[in-house]
Amino acid sequence: MNRNLPQTLPKAPTGIHGLDQITMGGLPKGRPTLICGSAGCGKTLLGIEFLVRGALQFNEPGVCISFEESAHDLEMNVASLGFDLQKLQRAKKLVIDHIFIDKSEIAETGEYDLEGLFIRLNAAIDSIKAKRVLLDTPEALFAGLSDAGVLRSELRRLFGWLKNKGVTAIITGERGEGTLTRHGLEEYVSDCVILLDHRVQNDAVTRRLRVLKYRGSTHGTNEYPFLIDEHGISVLPVTSLGLTHGASTERISTGIPDLDEMFGGKGYFRGSSVLVTGSAGTGKSSMGVHFADAACRRGERAILFSFEESPQQVVRNMRSIGMDLNRWVKQGLLHIESARPTAFGLEMHLVRMHHLLEKIKPKVVVIDPISGLLPGGSEHDVHGLVLRIVDFLKHSGATGFFTALNAEDDLQSTALSISSLVDAWILLRNIEVNGERNRLLYVLKSRGMAHSNQIREFLLTSRGVKLRDVYLGPGGVLTGSARVAREAEDVREETRRHQAAKERELAAKGVLEALDAKITGLHAEKLAKETELSNILDTDRAQRGKVLAEREALRKSRGMMNQTAVRRRRP
Amino acid sequence: MKLAKNAKGKAPARLKSKEAKTDVEVRYDLRLYVAGQTPRSLQALTNLNKICEDHLAGKYRLQIIDLLKKPQLAAGDQILAIPTLVRTIPKPARKIIGDLSNTERVLVGLDVRPVQ
Repeated sequence: MNRNLPQTLPKAPTGIHGLDQITMGGLPKGRPTLICGSAGCGKTLLGIEFLVRGALQFNEPGVCISFEESAHDLEMNVASLGFDLQKLQRAKKLVIDHIFIDKSEIAETGEYDLEGLFIRLNAAIDSIKAKRVLLDTPEALFAGLSDAGVLRSELRRLFGWLKNKGVTAIITGERGEGTLTRHGLEEYVSDCVILLDHRVQNDAVTRRLRVLKYRGSTHGTNEYPFLIDEHGISVLPVTSLGLTHGASTERISTGIPDLDEMFGGKGYFRGSSVLVTGSAGTGKSSMGVHFADAACRRGERAILFSFEESPQQVVRNMRSIGMDLNRWVKQGLLHIESARPTAFGLEMHLVRMHHLLEKIKPKVVVIDPISGLLPGGSEHDVHGLVLRIVDFLKHSGATGFFTALNAEDDLQSTALSISSLVDAWILLRNIEVNGERNRLLYVLKSRGMAHSNQIREFLLTSRGVKLRDVYLGPGGVLTGSARVAREAEDVREETRRHQAAKERELAAKGVLEALDAKITGLHAEKLAKETELSNILDTDRAQRGKVLAEREALRKSRGMMNQTAVRRRRP
Repeated sequence: MKLAKNAKGKAPARLKSKEAKTDVEVRYDLRLYVAGQTPRSLQALTNLNKICEDHLAGKYRLQIIDLLKKPQLAAGDQILAIPTLVRTIPKPARKIIGDLSNTERVLVGLDVRPVQ
């Protein structure tokens, strides 16, 4: 222990899911806490759970002084939440005392105090060495006793007395007009005040909890939705988890080889969140099922939350694209959870998810469609819900895959509010040309990885999802039969071109051959001319030799007398 | 501490046992809950004795219960305020809280008509 550190406020953990996170460890130990709220918002239950969990988990016995319900009623009421108060009482972990005043049988005359209450409380605390106390709506006394002044001062004395006694106490109070409690108890209990509230929104009740005040401690200040179910109270902190989750560099397959290609050949990051948006019938669910199927193939557990189809329906429908989900369900790898979005409020959905995720611990979670929850709450609420799911999934290292439905002409709006929360966003859209409807897919964003900027055609075949390159025609992208026609056209075009080339080749060859023939002819002609030329020369030479010979003979015959004359004529 | 008290004679302003007289016809069974010998408790007892003497002479039995000594008895009669006077007989039970300083109200509370 470091003596230099200032002493921090000791806290008594409530053991209530989420509440200890918000209060950074629990209620102020040894001090009273006021819990106020309107009728039916869960004050008593919160108090009882505080006592029960204290007795069971922290070995702190508790005393419940109920001013409204009898011990028997209380036992019955909380039995549905799995709390066995009778057993705890037998085990000396809990004492319940019901204090009531029937005004009709009481007359008041002169001065009095509430020492009887103190004595009973003290006796109860001492009998089991209780550390926790619940006073369930002491303000009910105001209805039984007419001297409010005495009551007020006695309650003030009571809270001080509880503090001296060193017990951690919860005092509940009914919400008053303009005040936290009907009779202003908040003036006396000022260490910690928690406000409970329940509102009806779109026919669904949302309970909320807020720590109004916590003297000497930091605490979450927001309104947190909470839920009462068969596990007791669960408070859902939105932001207490923070952005501290790790980031895996491992990549996992999307379940569609062609789509893996678009994500750099490897798929999504493990632990990331993927959003697929698109209008009706674009194949969002099929993509989700592909992803879950890929996880099961790797031997990982996956959960598919379906807000549109029952588990059997999902299995049947996915068989049409060659997916046998039943085998994964049988092997316990795939859990399909179906619920109508309007069946409960958003928080109930979230808590159900939490419970399932904690039980199954899946590696892949598919929520189809997350926009199905929209009718259950406002966009703000859905945003908060998605945020909490994303945070929770990231913390547990699971990869989330959400689908969302858009209107065809408004492709990005619904997703806009949640798109910033996800790491990868794939857009699916329908295009309608030539009397048919075809699907297109493109990757809008993918944080932290290279990804294709190409638009692909998305095909649902009997052997799963396939992606095709699309053709760009003069009128935009070509898909479906237009693409097939274009492909055939391309083949024909190629054949034609090939034939034309062949013809041109032949023609050129013909010309060459003709030229060759011509060259051969000319060669022959040239040879003939050369022969002729040499003949001419030969003849000429022979002729000249003959002439000279004749002249020589003539000169010889004339003798030597005319030698000079002959020499002059010769040149 | 249990005190059965005969209403005859002046009652001392003390919470002290006295022999109970059992030969009288008991029509009123009263219990006074106190917590220690506080001035208020003693005041209540004085007032009560006076009232009983004046209006219920010979017809009542009174127990004084000190919750400091027997706190477990508080739950049975749903005691909250101190002092509390409980009329257990005749039925139905009636409770009067306070120091019993207003005789009229005590008599009305006990459903006793003033003797006049």
